[in-house]
Amino acid sequence: MAIERAGTLPLQSEHNIVASRQMVRALCQELKLTLVDQTKMITAASELSRNTLIHGGGGTMRWEFIEKNGRPGLQLVFEDQGPGIADIALALTDGWTSGTGMGLGLPGSKRLVNDFDLQSEPGAGTRVSITKWK
Amino acid sequence: MDRIPILRMGETLLVTIQVDMQDQTALTLQDDLAGQIAKTGASGVMIDISALEIVDSFVGRMLTSISGIARILSATTVVVGMQPAVAITLVELGLSLEGVRTALNVERGMELLQRAREESSLGH
Repeated sequence: MAIERAGTLPLQSEHNIVASRQMVRALCQELKLTLVDQTKMITAASELSRNTLIHGGGGTMRWEFIEKNGRPGLQLVFEDQGPGIADIALALTDGWTSGTGMGLGLPGSKRLVNDFDLQSEPGAGTRVSITKWK
Repeated sequence: MDRIPILRMGETLLVTIQVDMQDQTALTLQDDLAGQIAKTGASGVMIDISALEIVDSFVGRMLTSISGIARILSATTVVVGMQPAVAITLVELGLSLEGVRTALNVERGMELLQRAREESSLGH
């Protein structure tokens, strides 16, 4: 499979979560990440894809191969137009959950990647960007 | 939707997860296993995850639930074959799989279940 430098996947149903994991696996292999780093990135993508679907009511995952100071990396951006997050600091606390999960998705994903950026406002959707550097 | 098969070997139910599961597939497996434990009176459940390349919080929660349900139904669950990269990732994610017994491979998992059977027959 030829891999594009950037692209977008829909996150509108459960089987899209499986597809996003498989896509991220292919992207990580293209970047030649170590097995542990691949596993961490795919797991983070799985958590955030599910968040986008369950809490955001569906959205997209955008991927891009990027470079900083000559170091290649993979950036994933999860975006939805859902209800948003009122208290971002609280949402990033281990064990805090809006009701259905274990409250590990956001704080756990943050630990699995190098860069993590969360932007959200009530009523204005949520955007989570994660990057893993080689 | 895929359905994960459950094999019966004597008093043990054996599950080998070989596909990247949708969330619904994992929930169905949990229900199927509870039903099979009750129906067969199995005393042990072995779940082989050696083919799984990732375990996220959803699958982790499923493994914890199955262990809990099985225990209430008087069966011991052992999860075998977790890949090292998966174990490293789970710990960093913050999932400790509390209450889930694990073994490195199928053989050691079988030994663990056998010991659990012997202990329960002695009334420990």
